[in-house]
Amino acid sequence: MTIGATLPPEVADLDGGEPARGAAAVAGRSPWRLAWERLRHDRVAIASSVTIMLIALLAICAPLIAHLVGHGPNQQYPTLGLTPDGLPRPPSGTFLFGTDDLGRDLLVRVAYGAQISLLVGVVSTAIAVVLGVLVGLTAGYVGGPVDALLCRFVDVVLSFPVLLLAIALVSIVGPGLIITIVIIAFFSWASIARIVRGQTLSLREREFVEAARSLGASSARIMVRDILPNVAAQVIVYATLLIPSAIAFEATLSFLGLGVVPPTSEWGGMLAESVGYYQVAWWFITFPGVALLITTLAFNLLGDAVRDALDPRAHSLFRNK
Amino acid sequence: MSDEPVPPGAGTGTAEPRASSPTSTALLELGDIVRWFPVRAGSVEPGGRRQVRAVDGVSLEINPGETLGLVGESGCGKSTLARCAARLQELTSGTVRFSGDDISRLSAHRLRPYRRKIQMVFQDPIGSLNPRRRVGSIIAEPLIIHRIGDRSERRDRVRHLMEIVGLNPEHFNRFPGEFSGGQRQRIGIARALAVEPQLIICDEPVSALDVSIQAQIVNLLRDLQAQLSLTYLFIAHDISVVEHMSDRIAVMYLGKIVELGTTEQVMTRGRHPYSLALLSALPIADPEVEAKRRRVILRGDAPSPVDPPSGCRFRTRCPVVQERCAEEEPVLHACPGDPADHLVACHFPLGDDESLTSDGRVPK
Amino acid sequence: MRWAAGWARFLFWRIAQGAVVLLVISAIVFFMFFVAPHNVARLIAGKQATQQTVALVAARLGLNRPAIDQYGSFLWGLLHGQLGYSFYNSESVRTLIAQRLPVTASVAGGAAVIWLALGISSGVLAATRPRSIADRAVTVAVLTFYSMPTFLLGLLFLYLLFFQLHLAGIDFFPGSGYVSLAQSPLSWAQHLILPWFTVALVTATTYSRLTRGSLLDILGEDYIRTARASGLTERRVTYRHGLRAALAPVVTQFGIDLGTLLGGAIVTENIFGLPGLGALAVQSVTDEDLPVIVGLVLVASAFIVVANIAVDITYAILDPRVRMK
Repeated sequence: MTIGATLPPEVADLDGGEPARGAAAVAGRSPWRLAWERLRHDRVAIASSVTIMLIALLAICAPLIAHLVGHGPNQQYPTLGLTPDGLPRPPSGTFLFGTDDLGRDLLVRVAYGAQISLLVGVVSTAIAVVLGVLVGLTAGYVGGPVDALLCRFVDVVLSFPVLLLAIALVSIVGPGLIITIVIIAFFSWASIARIVRGQTLSLREREFVEAARSLGASSARIMVRDILPNVAAQVIVYATLLIPSAIAFEATLSFLGLGVVPPTSEWGGMLAESVGYYQVAWWFITFPGVALLITTLAFNLLGDAVRDALDPRAHSLFRNK
Repeated sequence: MSDEPVPPGAGTGTAEPRASSPTSTALLELGDIVRWFPVRAGSVEPGGRRQVRAVDGVSLEINPGETLGLVGESGCGKSTLARCAARLQELTSGTVRFSGDDISRLSAHRLRPYRRKIQMVFQDPIGSLNPRRRVGSIIAEPLIIHRIGDRSERRDRVRHLMEIVGLNPEHFNRFPGEFSGGQRQRIGIARALAVEPQLIICDEPVSALDVSIQAQIVNLLRDLQAQLSLTYLFIAHDISVVEHMSDRIAVMYLGKIVELGTTEQVMTRGRHPYSLALLSALPIADPEVEAKRRRVILRGDAPSPVDPPSGCRFRTRCPVVQERCAEEEPVLHACPGDPADHLVACHFPLGDDESLTSDGRVPK
Repeated sequence: MRWAAGWARFLFWRIAQGAVVLLVISAIVFFMFFVAPHNVARLIAGKQATQQTVALVAARLGLNRPAIDQYGSFLWGLLHGQLGYSFYNSESVRTLIAQRLPVTASVAGGAAVIWLALGISSGVLAATRPRSIADRAVTVAVLTFYSMPTFLLGLLFLYLLFFQLHLAGIDFFPGSGYVSLAQSPLSWAQHLILPWFTVALVTATTYSRLTRGSLLDILGEDYIRTARASGLTERRVTYRHGLRAALAPVVTQFGIDLGTLLGGAIVTENIFGLPGLGALAVQSVTDEDLPVIVGLVLVASAFIVVANIAVDITYAILDPRVRMK
């Protein structure tokens, strides 16, 4: 899945739907509780969550790691870290992951890179979700000219050539962490809005919404208390699948030199630097590459497991069901 | 009853001959309600300017404390009428008065206080409750919206409500999915009762339930009416259920009322061919009588509400149709000799000495 | 004829909507560059230039006119099919784009063919043999490639299929460069195989799962059981009845992917040294060559808008119910 694209239509309908007969036995089991139970016992979910937590740990402990090995992320070691020919050194006792083209400790840089990736991934997704849900709910429920206007807005955003425009934006404002987050959020909220709007449109016709209106509930109240909980499931699934997309996009931007500013360590940037050296320094491309791959993989698997937990009837993206 | 022409001046349009005066004591007055929906255009196919005439001129009065039953087949517009009466929909034209106040065109904000007085019970026990909310929260919702009581008072009220509708108050923390159909309907009723309404509009409240449960719910509604001095507009497609509940009955066909009277008048002395067809569909308990009698079977399907037949709408299926029925639309009027509160919209209503068969009228 | 009127109305509105979207996009991009605190004239004139030279350059390029003015002339030119001239070499943007288009089109077109073929066939395979080894293998492949950012896959290919093979003495996949189709089809394809698969493999994963899921749903439905019961072979059931219905979401997805194609192209052209639109994009952004950037964004957006309309039409053809909506 890429930023700016919508989820394939196979994402199943995840609203309340027909309640399960079997749940009658135990009192007070909310659909959320049931989903959580399913998730807790899913091995893939556990494995991917553990992986993500380890990566988060790596990110948080990056300064600690730097302290332990005694190398900073931006410290260059021209003699210790480079061969006499000026090429990076392979993994050794001093440099566990080897060094990069400037003689910097790759392990420490990978650890700090995790900070950027996770931060950008989570924050931009959060912003996109909040925006998208707000717009989608309003457009879907209020309808009329408000809906028409918001829809045009969404159409325009979805018609942007994403990477190209991102590059253009960065060229104007200059690269940086904040602008990267803003850009990713900007291109992601629209697909969420579209999904939420679709769900809202169909939920709006349901009888319990009509009942709420007959009770005198205000539109805002209905949107928050009746519609939102029923779209939340699908939004959560989409959000967990959006995070790895955001991480990959951010890495791509950095790869093209338009992400965070050097010398900040970031996986995409490191991979870009490694291109000239892949013939002589396999570790330079491997460690950041593997870190990136594992991170996106873990989030994707987790997202899939979450979708599974919330709606067992849907077809899984990565499992054989 | 002979084929005498209806005396002129028996009433204009479909308004009741007895006009609702400002001093009328009716709790709910519907004045010539019309509700049309435009036929929706598809993204490619053109829709044109046609309208679905769901409700096409209905006037009714409901007095405090009584139950008015509204019966008709699917698609006749009764649900739409219910929603117009509850002001859940905009009226194409006509008036709705509650206790004399005209609420036909009020904004959502001004309608709020009336939402306490008029409540609805819906048909679908599954659909009318939010599956992701606990039952206690669902019942307490109207109390919260109208800011009644504090937290503990609301909790007590919810428990009390659950008791009087026959639910175990301990279950307030469960989800709708954990209840049976009949129980869910009780939840819906409890929710409707929460703010102490005066009028409850029941839109086919038992149609989705098993027959054995239907009786329970109907009895519950009757008991509640006595206990709490409620007024009901009770809608159903099954006339036997309506009979059980109602003081008066209105029969609806394709957006119009075709007969209106007390339960006794309509059930035993129905005059409109459609009412009689509905009545004849009811099984009779005595097997010998049941075997011998002949039911009235209507020809064809109901016409589309987009393009209703000219003149009398029922004429395409009526066993006693005549030429005049295609030319002139019948208005609600009392037949000569009938009490003023028994109204029929038919040019050739059946007399006391006649009965209806699939092929026409026969003397009894 | 009423039917034709309906289609005409549908098309008219969709195209009108598209035009509005394009207008808004062009305005946004155009004005973005005016709000930015930078000096195009100085960049062009060079670091050594004097104030006078810079002023001259600015005047020549019309950079001193008010923004609305410049936008106005730009729009005027658009209506005549002009996309402006590059700030740097005064070449018409249209020509620049036209020159580079075949490269990007080759990459995109070839990749599209591959991803459709791979994606759909693997999806069908997985759906017709659920839980078999083939199904599991496809699932693992999907998982791996789905999570891989395009540039990472490209680098991997470069490393494994170019460098390692090169070390081993096999020089089949060239590391970079482009040969036009007209010159030598074989060489053209040879240079494009790695870029093709870089783009295709990542995209194919979605189609694989989509087809698999869709087909599994449909193959379980009643009308398929009827077809089976009436004696059709399993293969006919799958292909004729099942696949046709399963294709609708694939069509939608294809429309979406056509839209994000340029993004993949930018990255791939960068890695494999292909002189296409993607490379032009990166270059013009570095040079702050406004007309080229705007022209590119417009062309890309126009492509997306047209693709969306085509998808809507195809969907309406495939699924008559949509027309009634």
